[in-house]
Amino acid sequence: MFTPYRTIQQVSIITYEIEEPMYQIVSAQFLAENIKKIEIEAPRIAKKRKAGQFVMIRVGETGERIPLTIAGSDPEKGTITIIVQGMGKSTRELNRKEAGDTIHDIVGPLGTPSHIENFGTAVSIGGGVGTAIAYPTAVALKEAGNNVITINGARSKDLVILEKEMAAVSDEAYITTDDGSYGFHGFVTQKLQELIDSGKKIDLVLAIGPIPMMRAVAEVTRPYNIKTVVSLNPIMVDGTGMCGGCRVTVNNETKFACVDGPEFDAHQVDFKNLMDRNKLYLPEEKHSTDAFAHKCHMHKQA
Amino acid sequence: MDAQHITTKERLAIPRQEMPAQLPEVRIHNFNEVHLGYTPELARQEALRCIQCKDPVCIKGCPVNIKIDQFIKLIAEGNFLGAAKKIKEDNVLPAICGRVCPQEDQCEKMCILTKKHESVAIGNLERFAADYERETGNVELPSVKSSTAKKVAVIGSGPAGLSCANDLIQLGHAVTVFEALHELGGVLVYGIPEFRLPKEIVKAEIEGLKQLGVVFVTNAVAGRSITVDELLKEEHFDAVFIGVGAGLPWFMGILGENLLGVYSANEFLTRVNLMKSYQFPENDTPVFNCKGKNVAVFGGGNTAMDAVRTAKRLGAEHAYIVYRRSKAEMPARLEELHHAEKEGIEFMLLMNPVEFIGNDQQWLTGVKCLKMELGEPDDSGRRRPVPIKDSEFILPIDMAVISIGNGSNPLIKQTTPDIEVSKRDTIVVDMNTMATSKENVYAGGDIVTGGATVILAMGAGRTAAAAIHEKLMGVSAK
Ligand SMILES: Cc1cc2nc3c(=O)[nH]c(=O)nc-3n(C[C@H](O)[C@H](O)[C@H](O)COP(=O)(O)OP(=O)(O)OC[C@H]3O[C@@H](n4cnc5c(N)ncnc54)[C@H](O)[C@@H]3O)c2cc1C
Ligand SMILES: Cc1cc2nc3c(=O)[nH]c(=O)nc-3n(C[C@H](O)[C@H](O)[C@H](O)COP(=O)(O)OP(=O)(O)OC[C@H]3O[C@@H](n4cnc5c(N)ncnc54)[C@H](O)[C@@H]3O)c2cc1C
Ligand code: SF4
Ligand code: FES
Repeated sequence: MFTPYRTIQQVSIITYEIEEPMYQIVSAQFLAENIKKIEIEAPRIAKKRKAGQFVMIRVGETGERIPLTIAGSDPEKGTITIIVQGMGKSTRELNRKEAGDTIHDIVGPLGTPSHIENFGTAVSIGGGVGTAIAYPTAVALKEAGNNVITINGARSKDLVILEKEMAAVSDEAYITTDDGSYGFHGFVTQKLQELIDSGKKIDLVLAIGPIPMMRAVAEVTRPYNIKTVVSLNPIMVDGTGMCGGCRVTVNNETKFACVDGPEFDAHQVDFKNLMDRNKLYLPEEKHSTDAFAHKCHMHKQA
Repeated sequence: MDAQHITTKERLAIPRQEMPAQLPEVRIHNFNEVHLGYTPELARQEALRCIQCKDPVCIKGCPVNIKIDQFIKLIAEGNFLGAAKKIKEDNVLPAICGRVCPQEDQCEKMCILTKKHESVAIGNLERFAADYERETGNVELPSVKSSTAKKVAVIGSGPAGLSCANDLIQLGHAVTVFEALHELGGVLVYGIPEFRLPKEIVKAEIEGLKQLGVVFVTNAVAGRSITVDELLKEEHFDAVFIGVGAGLPWFMGILGENLLGVYSANEFLTRVNLMKSYQFPENDTPVFNCKGKNVAVFGGGNTAMDAVRTAKRLGAEHAYIVYRRSKAEMPARLEELHHAEKEGIEFMLLMNPVEFIGNDQQWLTGVKCLKMELGEPDDSGRRRPVPIKDSEFILPIDMAVISIGNGSNPLIKQTTPDIEVSKRDTIVVDMNTMATSKENVYAGGDIVTGGATVILAMGAGRTAAAAIHEKLMGVSAK
């Protein structure tokens, strides 16, 4: 975060950049088609961040601020890692960045850290890029002494990410694919139901992924009263509690996901409202994405 | 007429000089500044209206006691740069204050001329002097005292933080400003729209501070990226000033508030001003497409006026202000009200929203309102609106902007529990020094007062700077 750009002598040992802060990308590689792991220099965030927190990133000068979970950090090296799925313009633009490139703005760590304790047996469920968001919390749950079971779902084999990393922190690790090209054939919820039916005592379920998946997991665990936590992904602007754009309905109350969350009790979340609100800018997003794709295409042709 | 040989009678005969402005029918289609500024001739003419009172009561109305009579005299004499310098002795952001201060409630309200005539246009003159200095490239950097080897951290880059930083750096302290957002200026950049306060002006002021040696760190959220205690203990700042503003939007708590198309004023204005979504798609951030739509803004303050005029500029067919009381009770500046009226903003007064209504896709389609009448005065001295029975009706709208005020962001409170806060979560300070309950930590601006004004925030920043200096050096700043 504080790369010395132009430093002035101050009484302390710490130097700050002034003018345009730019954040260096240290390494970047694709984990699967369209999903990229990017390591960025941000020493202060690396030092402070806890599992479950995120950063807001603005790729370029005219960019929007988008939230991305901090998937990992190396406080010694002063870097954080994010894992990004190319959805629309901003994420695709980010995914075109390589080591040595810079990012205009990055701020964090934001959000309330995951509540970590030794629950007993904790099941971490990740769907698609949600696996990346669940990963740091799975690590923390393991470190806290939980018996960690991970279920990570993808549409097909080539979209499976972080398989080795997840296995390393799991006592039991399962992969599911929708098309059966790898691991368990079916949805993460089916695998979860299997575990429950097998009589395993589950104390916590963490589910992160597409909204329909999180809603389905909540419905699976509800009858058994298993504490279930989801990480919500509403549209954000500032990420600091200033605008209220990220508001979600939890237990019939309005909460700001960027400060009160992003993790909430799955059994109390109004998923329909979240899903609706995320459609707010569909035409604008489509416009940006198409224009960006067109630009990239022209670029290739030239 | 020249400034030396003009009688009071002649002065009083000059009418108040209107500031040229873009025509309403033109300006509702652009985001350029509404007012165009005085020409030197107009400024001198207006300055001649000031009768140079022996006891200039206008100064008493100014929260930072600008030497109003003196700077106006300099303008009348044609010494515009001298006038700008004179203002800057007391106000570090005159180009900004000249534009956004509620002069009609401050200096101009006190001006002796109001008894029989219209007041001197003090705000317009302040703005003119500051603009003249900047536009002619004559802004001189003030001198900075030799280094004291003391370091002060300022949290927040709104008017409170900027003015505090300005005074401290001139006194020889090393100053670092930490700002949560990617841009500097606080409400001046994310709240107040371009058409009222061009961002270039805020940038120029900040550039001046940079040249003096103030270090700005953007993307640094106090309480998250760094805590107050870390600033003091790990980074060895000798003092911290907190000027984080009032940035937690209140909602009304009525049904349907989370429907698509319902915004807080903070979100709407941040998208448009800070993220420049009025230039979508050149800038990536989208905002509700107001073109041909009906937009209602709920509230009666400056923020509400800014939001509704912004919606109009984005192409809204009908842009309404919905307010519980009558126009007389509106806290917005009179000038802004007049501008809004001229721009075709429709005022739905004495109406209270009770529920937002949406379609099956959850898009907002209307708001159910109750008609109100004014009853007995309440605590604020304003007549309390009471609902009229069976007066419910539905106003069809596509977008709603809620602008009923802001609370305090709890981040600092949560991470620095030894700073005393009030029941409303504002930081408690000694108003003479702006010192908080925590040693070497000071606070000022909206985080102390709740949503107030630019000039009050600035004044608080300066009071704190003087107190910090005294504390660190053991001597007074004067
Ligand atoms: C707390 C949090 C953590 C997240 N972590 C990750 C992560 O680690 N990896 C990852 O790939 N994605 C993550 N996301 C989602 C990511 O922020 C969005 O995919 C991204 O903003 C889409 O931007 P776009 O311009 O590429 O796509 P767009 O075309 O603009 O939008 C695609 C979809 O993304 C959502 N979206 C759009 N703008 C925003 C915004 N400003 N804020 C939030 N959502 C938006 C909308 O639902 C939209 O339908 C996270 C979201 C949140 C809220
Ligand atoms: C739309 C609108 C119109 C207005 N119009 C007028 C007007 O015409 N005239 C007038 O006099 N007043 C007006 N006001 C009020 C005026 O702008 C405020 O009173 C004034 O800006 C307060 O200054 P401040 O420095 O206390 O806070 P702010 O200007 O709010 O600045 C606070 C800064 O601190 C930053 N910050 C917040 N939390 C943190 C954190 N944890 N760490 C680091 N930084 C943080 C914020 O991002 C922000 O940049 C208006 C307000 C609004 C919203
Ligand atoms: S009160 Fe009015 S007339 Fe008197 S000095 Fe002030 S501005 Fe001039
Ligand atoms: S993103 Fe603005 S309040 Fe959460």
